[in-house]
Amino acid sequence: MADITLSDVEKVAKLAKLSFSDEEKEVFLQQFSRIVHFVEKIGELDTEKVPPTTHAVEKWNVLREDKETPSLSNEEIGSLAPRFDEGHIIVPKVKNA
Amino acid sequence: MDIRDLSVRELSEALAKKEVSSEEITKAYLEAIEKDESSPEPIHAYVSVLADEALAMAKEADKKWARGEATKLTGIPIAIKDNINVKGYETTCSSRILKGYKASYDATVVERLVRQHGMVVLGKTNMDEFAMGSSTETSAYGITRNPFDRKRVPGGSSGGSAAAVGGKLAPVALGSDTGGSIRQPAAFCGCVGLKPTYGTVSRYGLVAFASSLDQIGPLAKTVEDAAWVYEAMAGHDPKDSTSLEHTPAVKLEGNLKGVKIGVPKEFIIEGLDPRVKENLDEMIRKLEAAGARVAEISLPHSEYAVPTYYVVATAEASSNLERYDGVKYGYRAQASTLSEMYVKTRTEGFGPEVKRRIMLGTYVLSAGYYDAYYLKALKVRTLIKEDFQKAFEKVDVILGPTTPTPPFGIGEKVSDPIAMYLSDIYTISANLAGIPALSLPSGWTKEGLPLGMQLMGPALGEQKLLDVAYGIEHLR
Repeated sequence: MADITLSDVEKVAKLAKLSFSDEEKEVFLQQFSRIVHFVEKIGELDTEKVPPTTHAVEKWNVLREDKETPSLSNEEIGSLAPRFDEGHIIVPKVKNA
Repeated sequence: MDIRDLSVRELSEALAKKEVSSEEITKAYLEAIEKDESSPEPIHAYVSVLADEALAMAKEADKKWARGEATKLTGIPIAIKDNINVKGYETTCSSRILKGYKASYDATVVERLVRQHGMVVLGKTNMDEFAMGSSTETSAYGITRNPFDRKRVPGGSSGGSAAAVGGKLAPVALGSDTGGSIRQPAAFCGCVGLKPTYGTVSRYGLVAFASSLDQIGPLAKTVEDAAWVYEAMAGHDPKDSTSLEHTPAVKLEGNLKGVKIGVPKEFIIEGLDPRVKENLDEMIRKLEAAGARVAEISLPHSEYAVPTYYVVATAEASSNLERYDGVKYGYRAQASTLSEMYVKTRTEGFGPEVKRRIMLGTYVLSAGYYDAYYLKALKVRTLIKEDFQKAFEKVDVILGPTTPTPPFGIGEKVSDPIAMYLSDIYTISANLAGIPALSLPSGWTKEGLPLGMQLMGPALGEQKLLDVAYGIEHLR
């Protein structure tokens, strides 16, 4: 598999909503490349006919009874939110004008 | 008699005979915690101590004993890992991003152990940030030290819980185990740690790291104590869609005669410390003398467990940790637009190891790499699971070291992520396969460091697993 490049790190960071300084990126590039090479070991195995395991214990269509139950009150949500006003969680504007 | 030397069973018997009150037990622990925190090289097992609340719970428990409404766990103090919700108190996961977040509901395990049985919460224990680590050094709230050597790590990620039990700062504790996070610190701190079968203990109220691998379990002084707490918190929970319809009932007799024990040849690796190898050989001799039938077995895909784990666990983590965006709770960075707020909150709120894992998880799930990494890892997970199914056709339990080395030094592995990941080499496969596994104390090195042995059993095989462990515990 191809070596990890600085632009890969930048692309993944963007997807993960993280940012790194140039210095951090350099250190990260080294570590990240090593970790990616380390996990590439699984590529050695022939898994052509092997089904994937997504859960250790398979359970399907687990549904609860369709019954109303109380959720958190407006007040409780307000006490958790970093900014809350008149029943709304306040966030910065989506776009600068 | 020092109260803090007593097991949960002994405390329970003393409470029943009115020889001691829960208030006295709780006070003894709270004083010990305070003394430790003000010492020059503290263990620092806790990120928050619930002193006043614990005393109030203890008084309530004493009333229950007086009224004859107590269960065997009523009034016994417990330490809870800081990724498990206790309503009204902080759950930080030892991360900056959750600083100040107060849980708005109880985890099911807290509902059962604390609200129903009346166990007393001493506090929330330190951990690797979001349970990502093997040394409790990635905590945003300071390191935890090994109670038996303050220059060494307690293991992780449940390092605070293990150090609390090993350091006599709690009689029993809860941890969570995604790749060894209960068993590895249990081995490093001289305690018993059980990772139950996936689905037997509800994950409701446990902050998710890798949902298909995470499981809550006890850390205790004895196998019996671990069994008591496990029994009290296990059982179906409609609030966890992966919870199984299974109510365990554990009976301990310690029967080793005729028990078939397999030792995987793949566990004898180059990095295995000779002191640990010697300890394993000694254990095998003792088991054979007690009438157990020990045989070499093979788990052929063992060497793929760690790389498989780091694909599966980081993929799930990158998705689970998307919720920390500064909107609804926890830390929020100042920013002029919403998208800038997301990035700044996460960049300032998460520590380096968490970022590394989010990055790897995002990478393996991203377009063009999904099949080669994530799907591939899920297939290898099947092979690892099948290895165990084949092994358990021949043996009752599998025995091996919990960790390749005794506790390592503080700072020794922080700059080398892969070396750190490899300290979980023996524990990770049980999570991938979903099977129960436990670590129990198996002796000491000449330097006075604790050693631990791991036992693994087939899915829902806790009865046999705990009984063999109980037998081994009573060999000494």
